[in-house]
Amino acid sequence: MNSLLNVARILLAALREIFDEAPYSRFLRREQMESSPQAYSAFCREREAWAARRPRCC
Amino acid sequence: MTTKTILTYLIWLAVAVGGVIAVGVVAIHRGEPINALWLVVAATCCYALGYRFYSRFIAAKILVVDALRATPAERLENGRDFLVTNKWVVFGHHFAAIAGPGPLVGPVLAAQFGYLPGTLWIVTGAVLAGCVQDFVILLFSVRRDGKSLTEMAKEETGRVGGVVAYSAVIVILVILLAVIALVVVNALKSSPWGTFTIAMTIPIALLMGVYLRRIRPGKVLEASILGFVLVMLAIWGGRWVSQDPSLAQTFTLSAAALAILIILYGFAASALPVWLLLAPRDYLSTFVKLGTIALLGLGIVVFRPVLHMPALTRFVDGTGPVFAGKIFPFAFITIACGAVSGFHSLISSGTTPKLIARETQTRMVGYGAMLAESAVAVMAVIAACVLQPGVYFAINSPAGIVGQAPEVAAATISGWGFPVTAPEMQALARAVGEETLYNRTGGAPAFAVGMANIFSNSLGGQALMAIWYHFAIMFEALFILTVLDAGTRVARFMIQDALAHVYPPLGRTSWYPSILSTSGLVVAAWGYFLWQGVKDPLGGINSLWPLFGIANQLLATVALCVATTIIIKMHRAKYALVTLVPLTWLVAVTFAGSWHKVLDPDPRVGFLAQAKALGAAPFTHATARLIFNNRLDALVTAALVVMVTLVVVESARVWIGVLSGKREARVREAPFVMTRLATEEHR
Repeated sequence: MNSLLNVARILLAALREIFDEAPYSRFLRREQMESSPQAYSAFCREREAWAARRPRCC
Repeated sequence: MTTKTILTYLIWLAVAVGGVIAVGVVAIHRGEPINALWLVVAATCCYALGYRFYSRFIAAKILVVDALRATPAERLENGRDFLVTNKWVVFGHHFAAIAGPGPLVGPVLAAQFGYLPGTLWIVTGAVLAGCVQDFVILLFSVRRDGKSLTEMAKEETGRVGGVVAYSAVIVILVILLAVIALVVVNALKSSPWGTFTIAMTIPIALLMGVYLRRIRPGKVLEASILGFVLVMLAIWGGRWVSQDPSLAQTFTLSAAALAILIILYGFAASALPVWLLLAPRDYLSTFVKLGTIALLGLGIVVFRPVLHMPALTRFVDGTGPVFAGKIFPFAFITIACGAVSGFHSLISSGTTPKLIARETQTRMVGYGAMLAESAVAVMAVIAACVLQPGVYFAINSPAGIVGQAPEVAAATISGWGFPVTAPEMQALARAVGEETLYNRTGGAPAFAVGMANIFSNSLGGQALMAIWYHFAIMFEALFILTVLDAGTRVARFMIQDALAHVYPPLGRTSWYPSILSTSGLVVAAWGYFLWQGVKDPLGGINSLWPLFGIANQLLATVALCVATTIIIKMHRAKYALVTLVPLTWLVAVTFAGSWHKVLDPDPRVGFLAQAKALGAAPFTHATARLIFNNRLDALVTAALVVMVTLVVVESARVWIGVLSGKREARVREAPFVMTRLATEEHR
């Protein structure tokens, strides 16, 4: 049961990383901000430059 | 020897025996249809053995992976690019980045040779070449502070290597974007249902954008689930649209109209600030992609479909209708992603090395994620080969080969020994909600019919066949369009970086004259090849997919040259065969493929022969353009070969110099720093 829970936790962590939820949490911590439309806009602006240069494979 | 050790030996012996039996059945079986599970067992056993023994050997003997050496994620951690991350999270991230349309499209096209050549190449190519490339490049990048392939090529093999790697990436991007756009065009042409579904992803993505920015900031998984539900509703609504005469007419578009729309979309996505649309679409596409791959894998294991395609078809002789060319080298060029893909080396030396916490994890992420991609390619082979061969060839053969009229096409294909009738194709088209399935070249429709076939046999029966088909088309088109807009922007940035050396303002990513001109340049380049494919009487895939395969494999050649150079400089020359064998194979395959594509006297294979044949026909404006296009394709292929030859020669000079002691064997690794993570783990 414990190992199943562990797998689910890791899967969720991977999905949160892939879908940028974890980077957003880190951004909030780093900037000491609360989640808000303004904070998310700031995160998106920071993320845009990084994401735009990230190659996506064929 | 303990009981545990004996048990471990016995388990691995069982895996090896199981693998030998399964590969034997897959390779020797002839005549009757074979169950797809044999392919799954063969691949799984080979992957397990490759990972457990071969990758471990490479890690221990060649790379000497060091668990105590701090990675750039630890040393340079900044909470943005460089970040110590859980190894499974990095694995998921890396897999999501390397898994694109290639492993789905290439194997479907190569199925014209039968299920055997593609399957064997995907499995052996991945275990011995693709995974090795991804793994070693990832580790070498980790040891160089996450440097890119082009930077490593410049530092380790010389300036030529850097310039060639840079040029090869640009050419690959242009050809890749053109060919995947052509796949979407061929999947959506004259399909109101498919076109409506894809059109609906635009308002759905905008809605997701508003949800993310205003209602629940940052809750991407929630927004993606919401978007997915809405996309499913759009697929369901597509049937209604396709049955309404006026709406169906609105969404029934020709190949040329779709090509123009995609070109405009690509330009807008690159040049305009449309992130409210693009970022949510990217999330939605990733969500659908990962879900569909998991669903397809589960479906194949649970439903155990039967393969109707023979192990080998008569088209191994090079006369295939899907693309022309013999099994060697064309099977190995057509399937790049899934076996070995040069493009992966860009991901392995891009985001991933900056997230790896320990050197030891590069094996699981680099080698392991490529195995997962290879498994996706095996699934694509299965999806294509569950179709009756006559149906497969009717979908994938261009009108220029089999004829425009359904009866003529069916008679031509039946004449090859793959029986199919016009009423049978009509019934299938009706079952999937399309007017026709003839001449749907590009691989995506055949994959969608195969996937619908697998699921409709159990889940919902024939009644849901059309929904499954359009789900698969939506899934492919959605993530191809995401690759298209992301690729256009990446190419634009690369060109801006290069132009900055000539005129600094051109490098400014916020300066609109530069944004517009470089976006226009990139879109014009791939748009030209897309238009060429749309207007090609042989369907476009015949010329563009091999060109893409050659370009991609040539980039793998550059990556393996860099890897071999570093291995030799590390004084591990006696193990250099690990990268040298795949490198030699790729040189043989790509150079032979290029020779055929440029100089083969058969007009269906050789670009110049086709130009000559067209020149002998009555002159029209269209033939003049076709002649020019063929000569241009020949020139691009030749230029790629010349560039890669320069890298191979340059690398060989470095190897000889180092081995003969005339050149210093200096590797450009970051200095060793002891990791803190190991002590933290032991506390």
